[in-house]
Amino acid sequence: MSKAVLTGTHYMTGDEACAEGALAAGCRFFGGYPITPATEVAEHMSERLPGVGGVFIQMEDEIAAIGSVLGASWGGVKSMTATSGPGFSLMMENLGLGLVTETPCVIVNVQRGGPSTGLPTQGAQADMMQARWGSHGDYEIIALAPSSPQEIFHLTITAFNLSETYRLPVLIMTDEIVGHMSEKVTIPDEKTIVTVNRKAPKGRKDRFKLYQPGEDGVAPMPAAGDGYNVHVTGLTHDERGYPVMTVDAQREMMNRITGKIHKNLSHILLNERFMLDDADYVIVSYGVSSRTSYAAVEELRAMGIRAGLFRLITVWPFPGNAVKELAERVKGFVTVEINLGQIHLEVERHVAGKTAVKLVGHTGGTIIPPEDVVAAVKDISGKGV
Amino acid sequence: MKKEVIITGFGGQGIVLAGKVLGNAAAIGDGRESTLVQSYGPESRGGACSAQVIISDTMIHYPYIRSADVLVAMSQSGYEKYIGQLKDGGMLLYDRDLVQPDDSIKEKYAVPATRLAEELGRKMMANIIMIGFITSVTEVVTLDAAKTTVTESVPKGTEKMNLDAFGKGYDYGLSRLKGLERKAAGKTGAMS
Repeated sequence: MSKAVLTGTHYMTGDEACAEGALAAGCRFFGGYPITPATEVAEHMSERLPGVGGVFIQMEDEIAAIGSVLGASWGGVKSMTATSGPGFSLMMENLGLGLVTETPCVIVNVQRGGPSTGLPTQGAQADMMQARWGSHGDYEIIALAPSSPQEIFHLTITAFNLSETYRLPVLIMTDEIVGHMSEKVTIPDEKTIVTVNRKAPKGRKDRFKLYQPGEDGVAPMPAAGDGYNVHVTGLTHDERGYPVMTVDAQREMMNRITGKIHKNLSHILLNERFMLDDADYVIVSYGVSSRTSYAAVEELRAMGIRAGLFRLITVWPFPGNAVKELAERVKGFVTVEINLGQIHLEVERHVAGKTAVKLVGHTGGTIIPPEDVVAAVKDISGKGV
Repeated sequence: MKKEVIITGFGGQGIVLAGKVLGNAAAIGDGRESTLVQSYGPESRGGACSAQVIISDTMIHYPYIRSADVLVAMSQSGYEKYIGQLKDGGMLLYDRDLVQPDDSIKEKYAVPATRLAEELGRKMMANIIMIGFITSVTEVVTLDAAKTTVTESVPKGTEKMNLDAFGKGYDYGLSRLKGLERKAAGKTGAMS
């Protein structure tokens, strides 16, 4: 057996750090289908998983890949897949199945330029709304956006922990630039890494109800073979898991799966505030675009313009209240993202006309340069471009 | 001190590996910050590709290079694509049999990396020779860090062969620098 946690400092890509984070979190199943720029996550897992007692399967396509991940999770194993835009589109139907069956797993999207085949080797952040609403029906989702190989290592652990805590699929929305970027990644001592495992059921097996929530709103989950009577279906179901086609059953199920997120926002919402305390202008950004934004904040401060960064680490659910509070006291917002305005819609919605809002977007294929952000802030501050 | 290095060539020359060795040597060997981003097309071989390495003593936010201190060109198309990003007074390092630079570039250092690799029997080691050349000419990474990283980055069993290639490029760089010193001192030498 080789080590699951490679304690030490390494020079690795975001994709490799993602795989190492998964292993450190206890992931022991990866079902995937190769696609640029996510292939290296699969490749690294295929090299590492057998050595730590895990299983790697290359499936026939992405639909099967996420199917295998859901199945492995019901087998009691922490499971993951990684893909990019075209594969993410194919996974949408089974993502819904994972949500409605409350199946913990992690899905990584290393975003590239789209639509369709798009720009396979070049980055974008244009799947952010697909992450929110890509599968049909109403639901809440958790999506995290790392900005460096070091952060993707930690956030992959966080993604598994959130997934196991709330019993639902969690998305990691990274991009080609972070995925293929190499930087120093420090992997801590195994003993200091906090990992969470799904709650196991207690009590009489014949009285067990698969979707009966505990006090925290989350139902314990047995693994196949544990001896519990489990019925797992995509149809609307009652607490036992049996299909019930009624308005009441639908309401109860929907309230449970969305309530897990609504009631735990303080635990789920992660963000970073950089020079925000005295800021007149707030840059809202996430993932690789936040690296542009840090550089822009420093340039603006050097010019005497009080700019700050509100970096979204959890992009979904969106931290609407934090934006609302900021909108009460600042003079303007600039959203920076490699798409034509997706998270920007959320910023606009929560600022609700209280102050100026501007988008620095991009059609994709590269990173946004800091000077574009500097120009946008100068523009709304009336200090000229 | 911040140094920004672009390495460019075609897919298959080991351009990204060369970038990875430099970045790794700086980050792990020399204990500094370094960020490597890569760019390549959907074709894995033959297309233009580049590796951009930023080496710094402080945290690196923006990961792309717009004004390079060093451009390393291993193909004419790569040279043409990236020469505009070399800052005034920046250094151009190039494979002398594959790249014809403009006369206007003053700080330029040529090495027949591919030919030297062919003489060693392995054309694919041209990138390692180039890393040796970069190490001696630019000093963006230390010799120890570069050698250790080359050893750790190449397939098992090829370490000695690659270290020889590295040494060849490194020594070629040293002799070029000495030649330039002699030239500056008004002497003419074999290497000038």
